[in-house]
Amino acid sequence: MSNPINSLEKVAGNGLINRRHLLGLGLGGAGLAITGSVMAADNALPFEIPSWSRQPGPGASGYGTRSSHTEYMQRLAGNPNPVYPGGGSSRSPLQYLQGTITPNSLHFERHHAGIPAIDPAGHKLVINGLVRQPLSFNYEDLLRYPMVSKIHFLECSGNSGSLFGANASDGTAQSLHGLVSCAEWTGIPLSTLLDEAGVLPEASWIAAVGADAASMGRSIPINKALDDVLLALYQNGEPVRPGQGYPMRLFVPGWEGNLNVKWLTQIKLTRGPSNFRDETSKYSDTMADRSSLQFTFPMGCKSLITSPSGQMALERRGLYQVTGIAWSGAGSIRRVEVSADGGQSWADALIESQQSDRALTRFRIPWQWQGGSTVLQSRATDDKGNVQPTRDALIATNGLINRYHYHGIQSWSVVDSGEVRNVYV
Amino acid sequence: MSMFKQTFILVLASTSLLFGFTSLAQTQGAGLGTPVSESLLENFDQVVEPDGSGLPEGNGTALEGKLVYDEKCQVCHGAEGEGTSGNTRIVGGDINSSGNPIRTVGSFWPWASTIFDYVRRAMPTDAPKSLTDTEVYQVTAYVLYMNGIFNQSTVLNSDSLAAIEMPNRDGFIDRSQVQ
Repeated sequence: MSNPINSLEKVAGNGLINRRHLLGLGLGGAGLAITGSVMAADNALPFEIPSWSRQPGPGASGYGTRSSHTEYMQRLAGNPNPVYPGGGSSRSPLQYLQGTITPNSLHFERHHAGIPAIDPAGHKLVINGLVRQPLSFNYEDLLRYPMVSKIHFLECSGNSGSLFGANASDGTAQSLHGLVSCAEWTGIPLSTLLDEAGVLPEASWIAAVGADAASMGRSIPINKALDDVLLALYQNGEPVRPGQGYPMRLFVPGWEGNLNVKWLTQIKLTRGPSNFRDETSKYSDTMADRSSLQFTFPMGCKSLITSPSGQMALERRGLYQVTGIAWSGAGSIRRVEVSADGGQSWADALIESQQSDRALTRFRIPWQWQGGSTVLQSRATDDKGNVQPTRDALIATNGLINRYHYHGIQSWSVVDSGEVRNVYV
Repeated sequence: MSMFKQTFILVLASTSLLFGFTSLAQTQGAGLGTPVSESLLENFDQVVEPDGSGLPEGNGTALEGKLVYDEKCQVCHGAEGEGTSGNTRIVGGDINSSGNPIRTVGSFWPWASTIFDYVRRAMPTDAPKSLTDTEVYQVTAYVLYMNGIFNQSTVLNSDSLAAIEMPNRDGFIDRSQVQ
């Protein structure tokens, strides 16, 4: 009997199969399990009526919880640092997620002084500085403004920074790249509120300040602030959670995460950038010539394969679905290519979800692993023509001092045993 | 009245009814923001800009700042500003040294205003905003003094702070318009 896999059209080296086969041939049944990703189904179970079909379960509840079988999906938080109480980050489990929307409970976090316990009744948003009339807004009044909803990724500019390191660390998609997430953000265009205060002609920047213990501040050019920045009040339909800035945060589409000031309490219109600590000492990019680039806002064109990915294992030879996420701070993803031979040949992956502006995009491609060692990579191209660089090319322009804005091609090695590891090529 | 404005007010009106918010009359002005005066914001607005705007009244010297520093800062930043771990070193270093340069307030930060701004809003990390403005001036002067940028007995105030030229000021390149 001939193996139906052999009839699939190969489109690049080492077993990459034409993406169109994902659409018509029902490859789902042919896919093999990857351990470390989900529990393998046991098809040898007898076909009997299961116990849960023999008694009624609990009824409806006021607030949903997930299955106890999916509790392995956790954010990965760094160790607390007593020098910065409440500071640190937690990373999204990218290798377990599908689609493009990150559940709110698994959206990455980065805090500089912990999560403030804000009573919205006592929270104010002040707009002052170079405005015709300084204004103060309370939460309930802000809820009455016309709102818009946008799906956008959010990425910490320090995401993937360990990939600048000299040696490829043995990490997962989550531990290496988990400071990116994607959600539907609903809120008030900041321009509505700035217009109400009346921006004076000499105002060229805004300073945005949070109500956390660090009162973290960032400066943003006025043209961006008046363009597409939101005062975000909702995330994926519910009020923004405390870890994401409840009751309100700034949302700055496509630009580095730190600008998206949480617990927003002040917008001050200024002539120039305020040069806060987090835009001078931190979040500036020191180049090899020792100049430091300041206000390097947009996040780069980037992708990574999330399955198979670091510390997973392919159980046996055969057909796999290679999948991952791609995004760009400059626009929407137009193309994702995948290589199964360390970058020697490339095949176009199927871009599955809607190609939204500055949102995560899901890609997939079938791949027949024939055993042996290989390197899997993905390469994204956005609608502005930006192409994700190799790690070497990125380092050639960035140098090795700066650890922000890493967006090089991710290489996962697969060895004969099926184990997957982060490598440099 | 344009169609949009009519719709807008209808939306506000129905929202008000739904949530039992305050009177519709309040929604018929330019918006719902409450006018405030900058003088009311004196203790709320802590933004300090490189030209010194936003700096409060007051002053301090490094000699005075050492007392505050030794009590409240050195536990993390070290007796001489040498740091205790991670990012806590605030003195010395050389941006032009080979390898990964040690970047501190003295070797890296482009503006003295940032020291005052950051200390006042975020330091010490276990009790942020607990220092008086005078103490912030004093500690700022001491950090500058430890880095050889300011004399130990010169008075730091809004004028003298804004006049300070940090060693790495020209090391920063504004890329905000090159996006």
